[in-house]
Amino acid sequence: MNEITKQIEARFLELGVKVETGEIDTMLDQLINKFKVPAEEARRNVTNHFLKKHNIPKTEFFTPRAAPQVKAADIKEDGKWITLRCKVVQLWETNHESLSQNGLLGDESGTIAFKKWTKANLPQVEEGKNYIFKNVATSLWQGRFSVSLNKTSEIIPITEDIKVGKTLVEFHGAIVDIQSGSGLIKRCPECNRALIKGACGEHGKVDGIYDLRVKAVMDDGEKVQDILMNREVTEAFTGITLDKAKEMATEALDQAVVLDVIKSRLVGRYYVVTGAKLDRFILVDTIKQDVKPIEEDIKRILAATAVEA
Amino acid sequence: MADSSSGFVREIAHRIFAAELKESNLQAKEGHDQYSPSYLITPTGAKANRVFIVGTLTEKEDIGTDSEFWRGRIVDPTGAFFVSAGQYQPEAAQVLARSAPPEFLAVIGKPTTFTTKEGNVLVSIRAESMHVVDGATRDRWVVETADLTAKRLSKLNGTEPDAVKAKEHYSTNVEQYKAMVAMALESMKVR
Repeated sequence: MNEITKQIEARFLELGVKVETGEIDTMLDQLINKFKVPAEEARRNVTNHFLKKHNIPKTEFFTPRAAPQVKAADIKEDGKWITLRCKVVQLWETNHESLSQNGLLGDESGTIAFKKWTKANLPQVEEGKNYIFKNVATSLWQGRFSVSLNKTSEIIPITEDIKVGKTLVEFHGAIVDIQSGSGLIKRCPECNRALIKGACGEHGKVDGIYDLRVKAVMDDGEKVQDILMNREVTEAFTGITLDKAKEMATEALDQAVVLDVIKSRLVGRYYVVTGAKLDRFILVDTIKQDVKPIEEDIKRILAATAVEA
Repeated sequence: MADSSSGFVREIAHRIFAAELKESNLQAKEGHDQYSPSYLITPTGAKANRVFIVGTLTEKEDIGTDSEFWRGRIVDPTGAFFVSAGQYQPEAAQVLARSAPPEFLAVIGKPTTFTTKEGNVLVSIRAESMHVVDGATRDRWVVETADLTAKRLSKLNGTEPDAVKAKEHYSTNVEQYKAMVAMALESMKVR
């Protein structure tokens, strides 16, 4: 309790207001000991009481002093105030009026999603431009981190061009499934979305542009990992170029033949992939058949089972 | 799973040796919905809704009457798996139809149990997909399955719910399964 008293006193002193510690103590004591209010709730209550008494606007009080600058990949805690130096990698369509902009920010260490609230009244950011985002709050939702920009945040444009890095990950396992929407596909010429039965979710029936990709599932017996291979990786790995794929499809009068060939070459085999982790996918940079010698493993497991026996 | 909160999570394909799968007869269902997944808990405590196996196809047979229904026998160092593929698994059925035993096959499928009139429980795998692979892939599978089985064995006396259930139901003889793992690995050495 003393600790909380000191903290509150110190915080108000910073704003040039002297509050009686005795008064804080009495209030805290009453709340915590007599009325069984949790300590954090009591602190909030007392703080608000003095803010009102001294007519200090809440925004002024709660504006954290220079939130620490961190890298995108180091965001590991929910509800922290931080400052980011980032490039706007992507802007996504906002689906609600309370959201003025959302998308993806990136720095040398990796990327992170952001939300900018309409209520925050902040200037618009542009894709590809670099900014310092002061006082943004981290949040965790469905296992993923993002940052949100609110009233107390600040956006400062900078001229420096930030190189967006990737957090590379590696996964060993067997490919156990190739998902629909793999192989030879068509994309919408306007929004690049994959077409389903010749129609784009946004723009309806369009003349699609051919593309080649693989969405696969890897599994090591303990974890499942989705992987995504773009055209370059798919071409290099399967030896089927986009032109060849089109030829195959024309010959068979069926787009699905390409997928069948890819499936028969990939599924049920062991691979090592590396790439950037994006959402639940690994965006594959390299994929190789797993050729790590198995003799070592045989010895290791035999030794382990024998010792315990 | 890290993101089990985001609704649908793909079931892991467990690696289980034939000898262990053959002994499995403990079914578990999560939830009471008709769509909630059912699992087969194995003697070493794997809770499998899906398995991944690689072995040698030694026999195959079309036992369908109206439409094709293929059944195959796939052998690993410890025993044999029974694999089936019918009209609802057309791709897998085609692979089995076209294959010429002996051949190395990789199978991803759902373990299903069948109780005979005599009350014996038979386990077979309903293939989701099936592909011809090479010998190296098969060897790698044996080693990986040995590794994962050994890991499960080491946790069998722990407090994880699946391990507890397995031990209660099968009174698993750990030594017997350790011997199975060792035997599978020893079989690789002579090659």
